[in-house]
Amino acid sequence: MTRAVLTALMSHWWRNPLQLFTLLAGLALATALWSGVQAVNAEARASYDAAAATLGEGQYDRFVRRDGLPMDEQVFVEMRRAGWLVSPVVQGRLDGIRIVGVEPLTAPVGLGPVSLGQDNDLAGFLGGDTPFFANADTAAGLSGVDVVISENVAPNTAIADIGAAQRLLDKTGVIDALIILPGQPIGQRAQAEVAPDLVRQVAQGGSDIGRLTDSFHLNLTAFGLLSFAVGIFIVHGAIGLAFEQRRPVVRTLRALGVPLSRLVWLMAVELLLFALLAGIIGVALGYLVAALLLPDVAATLRGLYGADVAGTLQLRPSWWLSGLAIAVGGTAVAASGALAQLSRMPLLAAAQPRALAMAAGRRAKVQGGLALLLLSASLVLMVTADGLVGGFALLGTLLIGAALGLPLILDRLLAVFSTRAKGPVLGWFWADTRQQLPGLSLALMALLLAMAANVGVSTMVSSFRLTFVGFLDQRLASELYIRTEDTAQSDALIAFAEERVDAILPIQSADVTLGGQPAEVFSARDHATYRDNWRFLQSTSDAWDQTFSGQAIVINEQLARRADIALDQVLTLQSRAFTVVGIYGDYGNPIGQAVIAEPVFEALYPEVEAQNFGLRMDPADVENFLSALEAATGIAPTQAVDQAGIKAISLEIFERTFTVTTALNILTLAVAGFAILMSLLTLATMRVPQLAPAWAMGLTRRQLGRIELARAVMLACLTALVALPLGLALAWALLAVVNVAAFGWRLPMYLFPADYLRLAVFALLAAALAAAWPALRLARTPPADLLKVFSNER
Amino acid sequence: MNVRVLLALIFLPIGAWAQGFAGLGTMAGKGFTEPQPGKMFRFPEDHGAHPDYRIEWWYLTANLTDAEGTPYGLQWTLFRTAMAPEESDGWASPQLWMGHAAVTTETKHFVTERLARGGTGQAGVIAAPFSAWIDDWALEGDWQTMQMTASAPDFAYDMTLTAQGPLVFHGDNGFSVKSNSGQASYYYSQPFFAIEGELHLPSGTVAVTGNAWLDREWSSQLLSGDQTGWDWFSLSFDSGDKLMGSRLQQTDGADFTAATWITPDGQTTAFPDGAFNATPLSANDADVPVVWRVTLPQREVDVTVAAINEDAWMTTSVPYWEGPVTVSGTHTGIGYLEMTGYD
Repeated sequence: MTRAVLTALMSHWWRNPLQLFTLLAGLALATALWSGVQAVNAEARASYDAAAATLGEGQYDRFVRRDGLPMDEQVFVEMRRAGWLVSPVVQGRLDGIRIVGVEPLTAPVGLGPVSLGQDNDLAGFLGGDTPFFANADTAAGLSGVDVVISENVAPNTAIADIGAAQRLLDKTGVIDALIILPGQPIGQRAQAEVAPDLVRQVAQGGSDIGRLTDSFHLNLTAFGLLSFAVGIFIVHGAIGLAFEQRRPVVRTLRALGVPLSRLVWLMAVELLLFALLAGIIGVALGYLVAALLLPDVAATLRGLYGADVAGTLQLRPSWWLSGLAIAVGGTAVAASGALAQLSRMPLLAAAQPRALAMAAGRRAKVQGGLALLLLSASLVLMVTADGLVGGFALLGTLLIGAALGLPLILDRLLAVFSTRAKGPVLGWFWADTRQQLPGLSLALMALLLAMAANVGVSTMVSSFRLTFVGFLDQRLASELYIRTEDTAQSDALIAFAEERVDAILPIQSADVTLGGQPAEVFSARDHATYRDNWRFLQSTSDAWDQTFSGQAIVINEQLARRADIALDQVLTLQSRAFTVVGIYGDYGNPIGQAVIAEPVFEALYPEVEAQNFGLRMDPADVENFLSALEAATGIAPTQAVDQAGIKAISLEIFERTFTVTTALNILTLAVAGFAILMSLLTLATMRVPQLAPAWAMGLTRRQLGRIELARAVMLACLTALVALPLGLALAWALLAVVNVAAFGWRLPMYLFPADYLRLAVFALLAAALAAAWPALRLARTPPADLLKVFSNER
Repeated sequence: MNVRVLLALIFLPIGAWAQGFAGLGTMAGKGFTEPQPGKMFRFPEDHGAHPDYRIEWWYLTANLTDAEGTPYGLQWTLFRTAMAPEESDGWASPQLWMGHAAVTTETKHFVTERLARGGTGQAGVIAAPFSAWIDDWALEGDWQTMQMTASAPDFAYDMTLTAQGPLVFHGDNGFSVKSNSGQASYYYSQPFFAIEGELHLPSGTVAVTGNAWLDREWSSQLLSGDQTGWDWFSLSFDSGDKLMGSRLQQTDGADFTAATWITPDGQTTAFPDGAFNATPLSANDADVPVVWRVTLPQREVDVTVAAINEDAWMTTSVPYWEGPVTVSGTHTGIGYLEMTGYD
């Protein structure tokens, strides 16, 4: 019997392949976007973890020199002999590849090249025959050294014994940090006595890069979730419709003696099979999505955070499983209502093709209440939220609340229109649209979410872009930037340039801890460039004068926010006090930064030698200057970048940062368009009984088709009107809450009406396109079908 | 795989069981020097390191008691392993050092380990003035009076040693044969140290006194390929006589024994294979024999050697059992037992 029942149930899908397609496609799309985003996140996290495992970042405290410079390797031995269990690390970059040297005998367990493989031994690692370990990608970029391929090494990283790394990095005799092992022996000497130059950096838990990039991954996850929600709307619609249409079948089967429980059970099995099938397709598609996105994500993370992420995707079983699980889970959520309804259905209940819509209408009140609740919560969060989680909670309540409220808003709007309508056709149009609203509301909610996300994200990105370009213009004031290779070159450059340029502005920096936060301190030479170009967010009236006098310091916004530093507060560097006189916007890096006067910097950090110089000159002279410079000093033009060049590079990094966001935006909008198409297609068949009377009263099929098209466009129009303020609220939340938490800066919000108009036109076009086919089908419905309505039950 | 396992690999290459405990049966090769009979020991030079030999150790064990007579065991060991028969400065040094320290009470066993490479100054041994160290641990002095320290997160000790007798040489004047196929080492001891100092334990600091036994041994291949480990006894009888006996286990179930009888004034008699016997009587929960019957018929020795704390397992890169024992039977006394190849 089971087989016969299953065949009978399945026959529905063979007769309605479009519904089957909608169900599978919706589920597959939802799974694909979700699992694609998860794959990208997992890959990035794996890269961070590998990198963290390499150096124990975030896991172990470490000693570094107070001034951030490398220390003599003898400090390691002195500390060990004083009873400190520490392990030395040397690191640096060579051709962009991170080179890390570890000391395997003293390193904490698990640190270093994990899983070297059976045929490698310590002698090989220490010995020098096969000194570098890297994954295949990195190995290809390493020349001049022997490399052992080990896929467990973090991307873009090569690990070697400390001696080999020192040689390669030209850092013989020095190390960068001492990892402090857990479980120090009793009776060790005080560190201040043994190595007073060192400061202890406390591990902050989790990799530093991991925390920095959290916002980015949350962003991706939010998009994934949004797409998944939109997909589940589609699935919910498809399942609801199919169950509704199968009521007669169910009634007949039950009349033939099939127990209800078995029917429910079989329908659940049927859905499970569909979910698994769609899940597999979705995960495969997701892999494709991830593979396409990953290079851009990797580029973004490198450009924005300096994080190394593998550009190629690895298949992880957990990811397959979670993809399938979310497909099945999503189906269960989408189908639970329909199954519950079926199980309560009276034996001889008449088929009620519109019952779904009616039930939706009854639910509207509950939904409206929920929407109100969520929107109120978002209002509260707008005032109180700080931090990433709060920011995303704000985004979530705002979006979901608005989506749930949409049918109610549209219903009220349509009610207003219908009371003002003149003429019977127009009156019927509004009334019928209202009638149809419950069936279309899921698709419209999807459209609302997609459009609002689009408005919000594009506003955020464009605002960011405007601010960033302005910031570049301020900060890249010098016409030419030159990087020297050594002190001799620096001296030669200064000697050569002194008479030929308006000003030489050396750029030197040291890594420090300021207000308890890691930061970089820069030196500034007393010159009008700073006074003329730098714009402060807050400052005293004579900020630069005070800074150049040596008593004051200016800091960037992220440092001020993270360390909670206000103007006039006093900061200490190397036990010298500085008053904060200015806070400037800094959109080029996520970490803290400060600027002090050049003479003070040189006194505090005599070891730092300037190897980067900004040169002020007439832009027209740049070319001649460079050729003369090469002839006189041997400094190649390749060591120089002009202002325009740096701006171009910075902007390129910026654009790549948001490629992923844009791509996801387009995908979400596409899914929403698909949702509209599918809703209209499925509604079309159900609506024949309602259209038949209108047709019988004299409206032609062509007119009916046009009315259908107009209705879709009109609804999209109304949705767009709701989407715009929602999108702007979203943009505000992104700029004022999420960005502040993620990067430490708050960006001014700009509006881009032309962009919004374009988006609205696109959305209307998408709606019109989606409605075109159902409308065309309607216009071509054989009159016989319409006539049948009056003779048949349906 | 982590670095510790890697390290174990060098002390314990793959297929270790075919090559003896801790790789000590690995073919010397690569230009390492082999011990030869008839060596003339030179001091203080030979107290120092011999980098052209593959393995070497400075191995001190002590039986201690506190004011109430409670027994304690103490171990301080510095191992040297060479990847190549040479020494060089800096990280490139092929000499690796491993320090083990332990304190055994009747109920607890504290163990710790340190690793280092030569060339940097983190660990090493200098012959004169004698100093053996790894990190903050050290064994220093003129072999008459010596200072010894070690530390761990949960224990530490600080000891003074005073020699009460001469150095003794095992085997053929310090040439100690380990198997029928001729594997051998240079092996001498200072079994006559009086020791006193403080143990810093989680339960508090304890003042202790007792006797210590310092072994010096180096070789390039200690075990033959078919030897899997050894049981080593250093027994101090109440009569003042001392006995060093070792039993090397072979894969075929047979064993190779060697022993040295040491009189109170330091006169030694070496016994060839078969003279000394050690038979396990009972084992602990981990199947490590902790009660032994030890006989040396030529000296009418037939004693039972029992661990003071059965659980004296050394949880180090290369694990083994090492702890204080009591002796009863024809002779009474105390001593130390080391058992390898049981993990």
